[in-house]
Amino acid sequence: MSGFPTLLYKEVLRFWKVSFQTVAAPVLTTLLYLLVFAHALAAHVQAFPGVPYLHFLIPGLAMMAMLQNAFANSSSSIIQSKITGNMVFILLPPLSALEIFGAYLLAAMVRALTVGLGVFAATLWIVPIPMQHPLWTLAFAVVGAGMLGTLGIIAGIWSEKFDQLAAFQNFLVMPLTFLAGVFYSVHTLPPFWQAVSRLNPFFYAIDGFRYGFFGQSDIDPAASLAFAAGAFAVLSWTTLLLLRRGYKLRH
Amino acid sequence: MAAVEVRDVHKRFGAVRALGGVSLEVAEGEFFALLGPNGAGKTTLISALGGLVRPDSGHLAIMGHDVARDFRGARRAVGIVPQEIVFDPFFTVRETLEIQSGYFGLRRNAAWIDELLERLGLASKARANMRSLSGGMKRRVMVAQALVHRPPVIVLDEPTAGVDVELRQALWAFVRSLNAAGHTIVLTTHYLEEAEQLCSRIAMMKDGRIVALDTTARLLASFSERVMRVKLEQGELPPAIALRSSAEPSGAWRIAIDDMAHVEDVLARLREAGCVVASLEVGEPELEEVFVKIMHAHEPRP
Repeated sequence: MSGFPTLLYKEVLRFWKVSFQTVAAPVLTTLLYLLVFAHALAAHVQAFPGVPYLHFLIPGLAMMAMLQNAFANSSSSIIQSKITGNMVFILLPPLSALEIFGAYLLAAMVRALTVGLGVFAATLWIVPIPMQHPLWTLAFAVVGAGMLGTLGIIAGIWSEKFDQLAAFQNFLVMPLTFLAGVFYSVHTLPPFWQAVSRLNPFFYAIDGFRYGFFGQSDIDPAASLAFAAGAFAVLSWTTLLLLRRGYKLRH
Repeated sequence: MAAVEVRDVHKRFGAVRALGGVSLEVAEGEFFALLGPNGAGKTTLISALGGLVRPDSGHLAIMGHDVARDFRGARRAVGIVPQEIVFDPFFTVRETLEIQSGYFGLRRNAAWIDELLERLGLASKARANMRSLSGGMKRRVMVAQALVHRPPVIVLDEPTAGVDVELRQALWAFVRSLNAAGHTIVLTTHYLEEAEQLCSRIAMMKDGRIVALDTTARLLASFSERVMRVKLEQGELPPAIALRSSAEPSGAWRIAIDDMAHVEDVLARLREAGCVVASLEVGEPELEEVFVKIMHAHEPRP
């Protein structure tokens, strides 16, 4: 039998044992964003016609929380194991690169979806919003979480110290999330910034995810899904290559 | 089939040569020691056996499974206890062992885990978090982790470094019983008397090469000389004996002898020279001496 289910179980147990910090905290942060931005910006921002700004904001913030937590889960697990040295307990058993990749990825997705559900469960009491196309919502949740879970594995493998990981997070993940149209609709931007936004794979995840709720988006959800899934595939292929080569894990 | 087969393995880390063409075989059921100073390449060799280090060239196999091509077979056949104490602070002792067992695809392994906990004196700590354990206890958990899949080959990388006497003895008794049950044991240690007592065969490494490889008995016989220690109450050593002697800090003379019959001869010469012997001691050959000699013989020459 394969060791994959156990590695997945261990990775899920790892964040679940500290779920106050890994699930409850990001849900609270998201609600604070919602509170502050909805009140501060509601009068100034018109995103989609017929969609109140508060409603518009919720899917974007939920997706932002999912993306960040998917990244945080795999990257922090790997760097902690590397720095404390207990990575050997995963490298010594008969686990293939694909099994290791799959377990870290799925655990990151489980955490992301748990946080996403938490955000909706919490906002349901404040502002229930419609969900017109649940399958699109789910598809973008999975692809978005997968993309960032994979990026987190790469960051965890590449970083040798916590501050390198922090740099990865602060200078790549944060800007890409904030510039992905969480707080605004991209078509309200000047043409140059619209074009820049279209190079950002996070934008497609958020835009498509929002389509699942309102049936409106900046671009066609099928194109968004293709673009986001493509980015996910490229990142997955890169990660598998790194794991097969043992990059920074097996000397 | 050899339990461990290493053939012409080379490994460099940048400019540093960690392994420079190492070859050795360990037979099934052997108790084998890998000795050498720090930086000799012992840990690199062990890491290569576990797939933690990928050699630049050469071939490694465990129980006939090539560590690269058949990595699953090889890793199921070997249990490695790493040198550094490492643990996952998220889990208890029992969880740690259950998870490690699961990595090997063994999900109904509670009976063996209970036995390991019992035999390693961990039963009372099964529910304790790894963080709360002392260093010695963590070391025991690492031994249990390496054994959780019942590997035929067990590799211990300096398992007794910084470990108290009681645990050291308990650990060796346990490892001995595993060896008696048919497990092949490979160990590295800095305590040469441990290797001498436990191991039937010894490889000595220096600068990434094997510089001696033989049975413990033959190594002791061929490289080590016997010595007698003599403290004189009166008189001076006769020149013929002084030549093969050295003074020890205690004030005794350390005199090299060929065999036990030689002792009589030395005593007779001392009497002739008018010496009065205050104390006399004849030492058995020691591995430490062999080690120092072999390492000295392989010092780089100017």
